[in-house]
Order: sequence, then C-alpha cells, then structure tokens
Amino acid sequence: MASSSLPARDAAQAPLLSAADVARVVDRMAHQLIERAASLAPEGDATGGLRDLVLVGIPTRGAPLARRLAARVEAFSGTAVDVGTVDITLYRDDLRRRGVRALEPTVLPAAGIDDRLVVLVDDVLFSGRSVRAALDALRDLGRPRAVQLAVLVDRGHRELPIRADFVGKNVPTSRTQQVKVRLQETDGADEVLVTGGAA
Amino acid sequence: MTYLIKGAKPYGEDAVDLLLEDGRIAAIGTELAADGAEVVQAAGLVALPGLVDLHTHLREPGREDAETVETGSRAAALGGFTAVHAMANTDPVADTAGVVEQVWRLGQEAGLVDVVPVGAVTVGLEGERLAELGAMADSAARVRVFSDDGHCVSDPALMRRALEYVKAFDGVVAQHAEEPRLTAGAQMHEGDRSASLGLTGWPAAAEEAIIARDVLLAGHVGARLHVCHVSTAGSVEILRWAKSRGVQVTAEVTPHHLLLTDACAETWDPVFKVNPPLRTDADVEALRAGLADGTIDAVGTDHAPHAVEDKESEWAQARPGMLGLEQALSVVVQTMVEPGRLDWRGVADRMSVRPAGIGRLTGHGRPLAVGEPANLLLIDPTARSVVDPAALASRSRNSPYAGRELPGRVVATFLRGSATVLDGKATR
Amino acid sequence: MKRHLLEVADLDRADATLVLDTAAQIDQALAGREVKKLPTLRGRTVVNLFYEDSTRTRISFELAAKRLSADVINFSAKGSSVSKGESLKDTALTLEAMGSDAVVVRHSASGAPHRLANWVRGSVVNAGDGTHEHPTQALLDAYTIRRRLGRLEGVRVAVVGDVLHSRVARSNVGLLHTLGAEVTLVAPPTLLPVGVRSWPAEVSYDLDAVLPKSDVVMMLRVQAERMNASFFPSAREYSRRYGLDAPRMAALPDDAIVMHPGPMNRGMEIAAEVADSVRSTIVEQVANGVSVRMAVLYLLLGGSPQ
Repeated sequence: MASSSLPARDAAQAPLLSAADVARVVDRMAHQLIERAASLAPEGDATGGLRDLVLVGIPTRGAPLARRLAARVEAFSGTAVDVGTVDITLYRDDLRRRGVRALEPTVLPAAGIDDRLVVLVDDVLFSGRSVRAALDALRDLGRPRAVQLAVLVDRGHRELPIRADFVGKNVPTSRTQQVKVRLQETDGADEVLVTGGAA
Repeated sequence: MTYLIKGAKPYGEDAVDLLLEDGRIAAIGTELAADGAEVVQAAGLVALPGLVDLHTHLREPGREDAETVETGSRAAALGGFTAVHAMANTDPVADTAGVVEQVWRLGQEAGLVDVVPVGAVTVGLEGERLAELGAMADSAARVRVFSDDGHCVSDPALMRRALEYVKAFDGVVAQHAEEPRLTAGAQMHEGDRSASLGLTGWPAAAEEAIIARDVLLAGHVGARLHVCHVSTAGSVEILRWAKSRGVQVTAEVTPHHLLLTDACAETWDPVFKVNPPLRTDADVEALRAGLADGTIDAVGTDHAPHAVEDKESEWAQARPGMLGLEQALSVVVQTMVEPGRLDWRGVADRMSVRPAGIGRLTGHGRPLAVGEPANLLLIDPTARSVVDPAALASRSRNSPYAGRELPGRVVATFLRGSATVLDGKATR
Repeated sequence: MKRHLLEVADLDRADATLVLDTAAQIDQALAGREVKKLPTLRGRTVVNLFYEDSTRTRISFELAAKRLSADVINFSAKGSSVSKGESLKDTALTLEAMGSDAVVVRHSASGAPHRLANWVRGSVVNAGDGTHEHPTQALLDAYTIRRRLGRLEGVRVAVVGDVLHSRVARSNVGLLHTLGAEVTLVAPPTLLPVGVRSWPAEVSYDLDAVLPKSDVVMMLRVQAERMNASFFPSAREYSRRYGLDAPRMAALPDDAIVMHPGPMNRGMEIAAEVADSVRSTIVEQVANGVSVRMAVLYLLLGGSPQ
C-alpha cells in the first residue's frame, strides 16, 4: 500500500496518472465490473448479477476506491451495489517486522458476503501479501461464491501466486521505486506518482 | 606496632604528626620522628576520633548468611568506626547474659572494632515482660544500652518500668518509636506517594506519638531515654521541646534518613524499604537541622544486612533495612560538612563523642590528645567515588547508595593503636 | 506504546486513545462473526500468572489472547511451585526460559509487576497488583463510557466507595484524567488515602450532593471485613450513606450510567434493582474487557520484538 506521507513533489515530475486519468480508469473498471457480474450472474437475475456483487475495499485507499467504483457502477447500470471494507492489519504476516499499526474499520454490508461475488479493491498491487491477508480475513467473515481482485495500479514484483482480475494500469517498476496513489478522500487530490530509483 | 602519622589535620585544623604507641596517642607535634615506627603519610587527610555506632545489626547468631560479627566488624572499621553497638534482635535474641557475652567474645576475636552488645528490653522482644537487664549489665559484655529495636516497647507501663529499672546501673533504653496499632502492614511513609503507589502508609504520627509519650515518662521517672532512628520533622520538634524541659533524652538519626526520601519507593526496589521508612524532603531538612543544632545527638547507622533473597522480591515481602556502616561518614560529609552545617569537630561530636557517652563507653569518643586511647581514623575528604555494593566488606549487598557518588574516603582506622584499616583496606 | 503496561501512567493520551480505538475496531471487525478468532498472535505465548484468585480477569485475558491465536498458559499460584515457596524472581526466570512473549500478572503485592518487568524480556501486563493499579480495568471502563456516552472529554465521573484499598480507583483516576474526564471521589474519609488531595480528582464525603452532577457513577466493591477494622461502623450505615439504591439513582441526570468493576456486593454498595437497571453497564463492561485486552495484547505484542 502507498504511504500516506509524501515527500515534496518534484515540480518537473509529471504524474503517472492525473486526476482526469484516474477518473477515466475508474470508469473503465466500473464497466468491466458490470460485464463480469453479468457473465457470472445466476439465471433469472434481473440486476445482471449486480445484486450479488460486493465491493470490499482494503484500507486505507482501497476503501474510497471501492466506494467510487460502486458509485460509477450505479451511474452506468442504474443499480446500487453493496460496499464494505475489511481491515487486514490483524491478518498480516509481517507484523513482527513492521511494528504495530492502528486498525481501520471493517464494515460489511448487512446482507453479508455469503454466496456473493466479492471483489476486493486496493490501490496498488505489489507483493500480493496484503491480498493474501485480505483473503484470510474474508474466510473468517463468510463464504463468498467467488472472490476477485481489482487494483488501480499493478506494479509487479509479486511474492505470492496472486493476480488481479481488474487492473486500472499496469506499471513496470523497479523494486526501489515507490508508487504513490493519492486520492481526494484521503490525500486531497487524485493522482498516481512513481518516485525514486530507475524504472 | 608503633605508627607515626605524618601531616594529618586533627578535626580538619592545622596539620601535625601523631605518634601512636602502646595503644595510646604518645605524642602530637610537628616534625615528629620515631625509630622503628611505621610511617603513615597523611598529608591532606583529616584525623577524627574513631566513630561509635549506637545502632548496628550484625545478625550473628542466627543469620550468618547475611552478616557475621567478623564481616560486620570489618565493614565498620572500613567506615572509620572503632566501636559498634550490636542490636539484640538476633536468633536467639540477645536477652540473656549468655547471648550478649557470646556476641561480645565474637567481637573480641574479630578484633576489628569493639563490639558492644545491646540487650533486649523484653524477653524475646515480645514486649511482655522484662528481660534480665541486670544480669546483662553485670556480664562480661557490660551492657548499658537496652533495646527491643525492630519492635517498639509499646506497652506504656512496661516502658516506664524499663526506664526506671536500668537507672540502677546507669543504663539507657533505646526505643524503636513505632506505635504498632498505627503501622499494621505499613510499607512506606504515609503521604502523597504511598497514596499513589497503593502501599500501606506508615504515618509520622506513629513515631511521634511514642516519642512524645516516652519523653514524658522519662521525665516523670527521671530516667535516660534514647530514641533510635528519628525520622520525622515532628519528632525533632518533640525532642527539642523535651530537651528544653530538661528531660534526659538523646536521639540518633541514620545516614539514609539524612539523604534519601520516599521518592525512592517509586522504583519499587525493596533496597529502599526500611523501618522507619524514608520520609519527605521536609523531614530530611528538619533532621539535618536537628543534627546540626544538637537536638539530635548522634548518627546511628541502623546497618541492617539482608540476604539477597530477602530483598529480591516484591516490596511487601522484602525485609526492611539497609546497609550503612561503610558509607555513614560519606553521607554525613555530603549532607552536613559540605553544605557547612557541621564542621569536623561537629562530626566528631555527633559520630564519636556523644554516642560513646550515651553508651557509657569510657575508651571511645575521647579527644585527639596525648595520653588518650589511640582510637582514630584518617579520611580524605576530597576523594569521591561511586558506591559499588559488590565491593563492600559486608556479607550483604543491600546498599541504598549503589551507583551513587559520595564524597570522602576512610584511608586508615586505628583501634587502640593498631591499624584495622590502612590505605583504605582492612588489615585483616 | 511502552513495552509493558504496568500502570496507567505508562499511557499518554495518544496511547490510551489508540488502545480504545483499536478495541473499537476489533469489536466492529468481530461483530456478528461466526469465527471470533484472528491469526494476529499466532506462535506467540502469553502466560497468565495469577497469584490471586480472579476468575473473571483471568478468563477475560485468556479469551483475549486466544481470540488473537496466541498460545495461553495459565499459571496459578495455588498448587504450583509458587505455593512451595518459589520466589517471584525464580518464577520469572522459569517463564523466561520457557520463552513467554508476555506475562499477564495478578498479584496481591503492590508493585509486583514492576519487579517482574526487571526479570523478563517479554512484555508484562499488570492485571491488578495489590492496592496499586489495574490498568486494563480502567481502559475497559473508559471504553465503556465512551461507547455509552460518545465521549470522555468533560465527562463527570463519580468513583464511590473504598478508594483507599482500590486499585481500580487508582487506575481510573489517572486514566480518566489523562483522557479529559473529571473525576470526583466519594467515600467516607476513612476509606480515602492520606495524600488523596494530590490526585487529579475532587473529593467529596457526600454522595447525594455529587450524584446530580455525575454522568457516570462507578461503584467500588466494599469488603465487609473493613467493618471489623473500624473503617465504618456497620454495613447498614455504609449502605445508607454510600450505597446506590433506586431513589439515589433517580437523582442522576437522564443519560447517566452506573458502573461496577465486579464482583458486586448486592445490597451493600449497590442495590439489585440498580445493578439490573438499563443504566447499568456491568455486563457490557465484562464484554468490553475482552476487546480492550485484545487491543492491549495486540499493541504490546503485535509489533516487532524489542
């Protein structure tokens, strides 16, 4: 996940994604979600599978991303979809290395996640460990029909056999680089930056 | 052995040479010479009469794992003492002529200080009936100080009888002033800190009430009273009042009550647990003032060795008491001499002359003068060192001064003309 | 956070708030779940070292540790080497040799957890020491108040009863003050420590005068044995002057709550109808205790080892 404290931005550096780019990418992902839901919809579902869709954000920035995706899905389809968040801190396998972190909310829709299509939403896909922790958390929270993964940026360097089902943008990076996603809700502006190292 | 001390400053005054011969001070002068004498270079050192402690726990017989007469005597000599009063709360209790003579003989055999046994006031320190005070007074140990220290003689009628009875042989009752009904379960001074630490408080009034009662009793029957380890400002006030009324009361203060406060309890380290407990800054100030003006007559160490397992425990489980012999003079230098509240003659008075008088010791507490017994010490007042409990001569390690830098180093101690300490080391 | 939780003074306002926030998130994360277990402390060992019987506190810590997947060892003084005279230090060294990551200690001697902390490398959590402190009780009380009233800043809390012998009172005064609440201690003068005026709390001898100005009334357990030591003349007189009964409860502001750390003496400091009323948080306090202790264990053990 991206860090919340950002170094002063290099004036010459152009963002990888501008605010307009982020909006466009989110719209595209929303369309893809609608298509996927429809393809997986049970027979006779008048909502095109959206009734069963739950977008679950991984805090910090996955949570507002999930809400945005839900809003765009509703705008395009006319159907409201459920949104939740699942905090993965207590499921992380690197607690001993990183020191304690404050917890963030875990909120599931009233209808729960059993037998539904859960799409985990995160800002950056990197090692895959956050997603693994989220999968472990989901297992304790219920039994979805299927779990898929949506990320705004996939920067590579996976350490686990995990891939995203919906990717806003694939970004080749070196390990020493940092990918920073900033969102209006958490950081006051929408943009994606790549800093440090050589690509 | 004959010793020629060169260039020492008696009572911190003009440097002179002192010749110690046949157990006495044979000559005092400048440029003294003596064939065959061992020369002790003492330039810059202060000479004082050997210190006398009214209050030492040597633990033998009974707890030889914590201290013995020999190890305690060595600690005393290293602290500049030439006589110590050994408290009666041993096992068996020193409440018969047999036990006090045993302790006295052990002291003679060790030969490092004069060990003067204190006799118990009541049988088994139980506060119920008088021990055979006369028999102890008449024994080879010639007991003159009687105390149930560790326990208060709390029964007022019994205390009155004890005070009266010892008049027959010019004895004195040394009271551990603690009203037991007010200190049940007490762990530390009762005040702000005990409130927040949740430790049962030991109110100052529990000491002051007994002192007030006892000075009235002593005045009424015309007896001598000595008050052990005075610890509160209120006690000093009561003593001042009693002395102004002519009551024959004397009192001692411990080194630790002159230096440390109940703030030490916040460490939860039971090395700071002691009875009476460490008090407040205001009490420390009153005790220093009382010692300076003579309301408090003497410094008594209440040297209380404890085995490691009796201190490495929960606070409440730990036994009260702390070491004192080896650092007593240093603490007095720091708290009284360096701030200008006592000069060296004052130190000699409070740590040698007056305690010897209270204990009726004829050979100690004498002036540094030709013909007097050669009981004296040499101290380097400028030396400073950090206290290392592992380096102490005591068999125990419960020094509250561990890690603390204190001034003054006892370089030599002489008991009746023979060196018990030379170059800061015990001679045996 | 410091390595140990020995007393509430170990927590500054940010730390204390972090514990409460973490407990709230844990509560929310576990609400309605079938699997009430988190993998967070897998492979960690928590020892419950209880020198005093306290079933409720031990079970609460045990449940908290188990819900975080820690291995839990209950070491009670009774029937163990401790009852055969083993010292606290030797017990500590034994636990150390067995590789415990945290020791939760309940002891009848004030300061025992502080001593223990000198002898073990892991974290020490004070689960009540003598008449000194009980910091997790204060945390769960603060958590309960915040949940019920929505805030702690400016909340007026009356702590009523045997303050002198109460570790709960000591910890609550300190923590509530840190968190901005206003504490008034109410007790007969015999059950207040000399030195209480140095605490960050008001003191009153008059319960009826304090109740109408209280958002929270925290009743402390009063042991009948105190009567024998003349702390008060009789149970009946104590109850009449300092017990919380229905008429007194009626004097409280409308939203005020009634707390008790348990175990209660019904009919002594608290009337049954008060204990069972909707204002009472007594059962909630027990449930909140588990969440708060999970938060404490997570915050002490979740991070990198020191």
